[in-house]
Amino acid sequence: MATANKEQYKGVFIFAQQVDGELSGIALELVGKGKELAADLDTQVTAVLIGSGIRGLADELGEYGADRVIVVDDPELKDYRTEPYAHALASVINEYKPDVMLVGATAIGRDLGPCVAARVHTGLTADCTSLAIGDFPLNPIPGQEDKQLHKQLLMTRPAFGGNTIATIACPDFRPQMATVRPGVMQKGERVPGRKAEVIDYNPGFTPDNRYTEILEIVKNTKKVADIMDAKILVSGGRGLGSAENFAILDDLAAAIGGTVSCSRAVVDAGWKPKDLQVGQTGKTVRPQVYFAIGISGAIQHLAGMEESDMIIAINKDESAPIFTVADYGVVGDLFKIVPKLTEKIKEVKAAAAQN
Amino acid sequence: MDFTLDKKHLMARQLFKDFAEKEVKPLAQEIDETERFPRETVEKMAKAGFMGISIPKEYGGQGCDPLTYVMCIEELAKQCGTTAVIVSAHSSLCADPILTFGTEEQKQKYLPDLAAGRKLGAFGLTEPGAGTDAQGVQTKAVKDEDGNWVINGSKIFITNGKEADVYVIFAQTGTKLDKKGRTQKTFTAFILEKGMPGFTFGTKENKMGIRASATYELVFNDVKVSDAQRLGAEGKGFPIAMHTLDGGRIGIAAQALGLAEGALDRTVAYVKERKQFGRALAQFQNTQFQLADMATKCQAAQYLVYAAANAKATKDRYSVEAAMAKLCAAEVAMEVTTKAVQLHGGYGYMKEYDVERMMRDAKITEIYEGTSEVQRMVISGAMLK
Amino acid sequence: MKIVVCVKQVPDTKGGVVFNPDGTLNRAAMLAIMNPDDKAGLEAALELKDKYGAEVTVLTMGLPKADEVLREAMAMGADHGVLVTDRVLGGADTWATSQTIAGAIRNLDYDLIITGRQAIDGDTAQVGPEVAEHLHLPMVTYVQKIVDYDEAAKTITVERQFDDRYMVVKANLPCVLTALGELAEPRYMTPGGIFDAYDKEVTVWGRKDLKDVLDSDLGKVGSPTQIAKASDKVRKGAGEVKKDLSPAEAVDYIVEKLQAKHII
Repeated sequence: MATANKEQYKGVFIFAQQVDGELSGIALELVGKGKELAADLDTQVTAVLIGSGIRGLADELGEYGADRVIVVDDPELKDYRTEPYAHALASVINEYKPDVMLVGATAIGRDLGPCVAARVHTGLTADCTSLAIGDFPLNPIPGQEDKQLHKQLLMTRPAFGGNTIATIACPDFRPQMATVRPGVMQKGERVPGRKAEVIDYNPGFTPDNRYTEILEIVKNTKKVADIMDAKILVSGGRGLGSAENFAILDDLAAAIGGTVSCSRAVVDAGWKPKDLQVGQTGKTVRPQVYFAIGISGAIQHLAGMEESDMIIAINKDESAPIFTVADYGVVGDLFKIVPKLTEKIKEVKAAAAQN
Repeated sequence: MDFTLDKKHLMARQLFKDFAEKEVKPLAQEIDETERFPRETVEKMAKAGFMGISIPKEYGGQGCDPLTYVMCIEELAKQCGTTAVIVSAHSSLCADPILTFGTEEQKQKYLPDLAAGRKLGAFGLTEPGAGTDAQGVQTKAVKDEDGNWVINGSKIFITNGKEADVYVIFAQTGTKLDKKGRTQKTFTAFILEKGMPGFTFGTKENKMGIRASATYELVFNDVKVSDAQRLGAEGKGFPIAMHTLDGGRIGIAAQALGLAEGALDRTVAYVKERKQFGRALAQFQNTQFQLADMATKCQAAQYLVYAAANAKATKDRYSVEAAMAKLCAAEVAMEVTTKAVQLHGGYGYMKEYDVERMMRDAKITEIYEGTSEVQRMVISGAMLK
Repeated sequence: MKIVVCVKQVPDTKGGVVFNPDGTLNRAAMLAIMNPDDKAGLEAALELKDKYGAEVTVLTMGLPKADEVLREAMAMGADHGVLVTDRVLGGADTWATSQTIAGAIRNLDYDLIITGRQAIDGDTAQVGPEVAEHLHLPMVTYVQKIVDYDEAAKTITVERQFDDRYMVVKANLPCVLTALGELAEPRYMTPGGIFDAYDKEVTVWGRKDLKDVLDSDLGKVGSPTQIAKASDKVRKGAGEVKKDLSPAEAVDYIVEKLQAKHII
């Protein structure tokens, strides 16, 4: 049954995720995107802040552009658990009736989002990488021009492991809900002293059988990197010249959040262990980004990495076969380029963190 | 005749294929180079039921048909000839004769452990003076005054030797006159277990191919066993050995088939990637024609191997079908792997590439469990009877 | 203990994606497999069965061909298979899919429901939680380990993964768990298991067999979300190679490409 009185639903709401009393990056990214959408809809952006003892974070949300912050602060909400958080957010939705509800596609948001969407009976589009306001259908059906809806949230997301892209709308139900991939949307500019209207709201929490019990929290569970799981691989070849020289790849990997891998020649030379080898006799990888540095690109290596989403090659030899599969190739001296690249990436990341 | 596989067999093939690609392929090169017996793979195969595919469920096996077993060997051999022969020797040459000729006590005692892969099986017939000609067997078993058998002699080239726990072996136990009045040795089959006093292992062979399969000499020095270890009737060892080898040959045929198909798969991938004179090798007509011949021969071999498996499932005797399958598949394996190396050019000669190993592995399929010449004798013998 | 495991048959995107000449995905040419997270969940259920004794029912919604994943699950050791298939259920989004699955599960006895965290075709991770919601059950998503099952207290304790930590969480049964791929390394089918699986009956349910579900919550008509536009990403063409860049220019060039894709 479609949502009755759709026009009652107004405003862009974002779930302001916090962990341990600190706002997650995605919260500010959603405020930023929410503001853009709100402008297109002639409305405001409201952050929903849920937790225990977290009211102070409302100021930060205001400085980043939230017009209004609804705070649900309750001891039951200390650490993330599905039920009390879903109850909090669903209650806010039922009370304040937003037109758009955005949640981060994080390990929390992808739990909370579907639970809440199901509870308030609306659609949810997962892991969006682009959001816009537009018409649905995109083009009016001839003869039914009046049935085309305007000012709809159009949610774009990859699927099939990134091989397809779909744009999705939620025309008949409210709120229009999406989870949004972290790191894709831009934060707004921080304006110190800018204030949001802060509203305290508590729907009441009564533990029932659906409340889980947290027995222990174990932080920083970093595992040994498996190159097959890595999203970014920084791969080195014979061109590195020695095991010691891999340090410059370690630095680049650390700066960009990637994992170091290598070609067969490197394993044969004893510079790196076999489990880091990419290629026919090593592992087949499909990261989002594959840096091939000092790798000529023997056929057996290409077979192990050519399905990567983006391949960036750096090699002295412009006739190296690696350039036949690279999306972006640079002919040059890796020892001059890579350290500079590492520095530049650090700068860009630091600048982004400040904004 | 129906040449299509039903859903059960298609899914079983997918299982064997997935297993072989995930568990067998990564080890193939290393164990070939180091001659290391892949114990961990045997354990994984045991867990997945591969060591008892055609043993009935009542003895703890999987209760599947010979075709399923053959597809298992075939898919394993596509990745590693050694792993395939370990399963084949265990299943066809040890579990199968116990199932076919054993007493109920023997079946209860040995089959559940063999089926579950808790114990590994082997088969001992060949001796220094007895390969193709079984009459050359020197190993003797003599009954002592307590009614126990005392076995003396040795066996060579024994697959799964030393690694196996259960051995079906053959020893001379008497003589008889044949139709032409000549004296012929008669043999009896016995089930021996590793660790029996007097049962030891000699040298390990250093082989051209299937290098990780343990190939050992078995040495019997006054090995004393009770009559309960006798497999089949006294003096009936020769027919038991021949019947067992019929089944074994289907396993080896499947191994050969898998080697050929594996080499063909790799070649198809290679010629698409490798460029010479500005074109992929696949664009040259010579390559195309070679591939067509290789594929056609693989397909023909597969039909013969599957037909032999079907014969084993439906007939008491299938010597000719088994011999034809092995003869054809082994020769196809040798031919296809050799062509695969040729199409790989210099790379094909390097150990880095699987086809180098597959060509070496293929050669033994023309030799063991009856050479190609023996298969021709079996086939023509049946024709000219 | 009675466990229901929800599985989905998906095209295998990991083993290489097959494209048509025009650059679109060739779905028909891709192998159909049991979704990996679901398979990890099934393995976890089978391990509970090995340890405590359990009756494991696998349930899938899909085309009649999805029967294959149920046979596979049974060949691994599941006891029963249920296929929910009906034309009117097609075109469902996660809301309608979860309504369908909930409607089927209402016919079954269960102490525990396990789903995969997400399917590799849709990548939504929404169906499991939405099933829990429709059935009013407690749920724990992103489960990386099952720590304990307390039969007397009717609770299950699991490790729930987050980005930078994990929590040890105790939930009341019956509940819904969604499994990460690392929850358990799936066992292989056995050949005999395959033969048995094809000798068994799979229960096939259609729309009429779903319990307490409205038509308006099912299939394409019951789906709140609608596709405005779908396009298969066109396969990338030949890349570009920059020759005469200074190191600084090369760095700017690479950084620009990384930023364009939101990598940094």
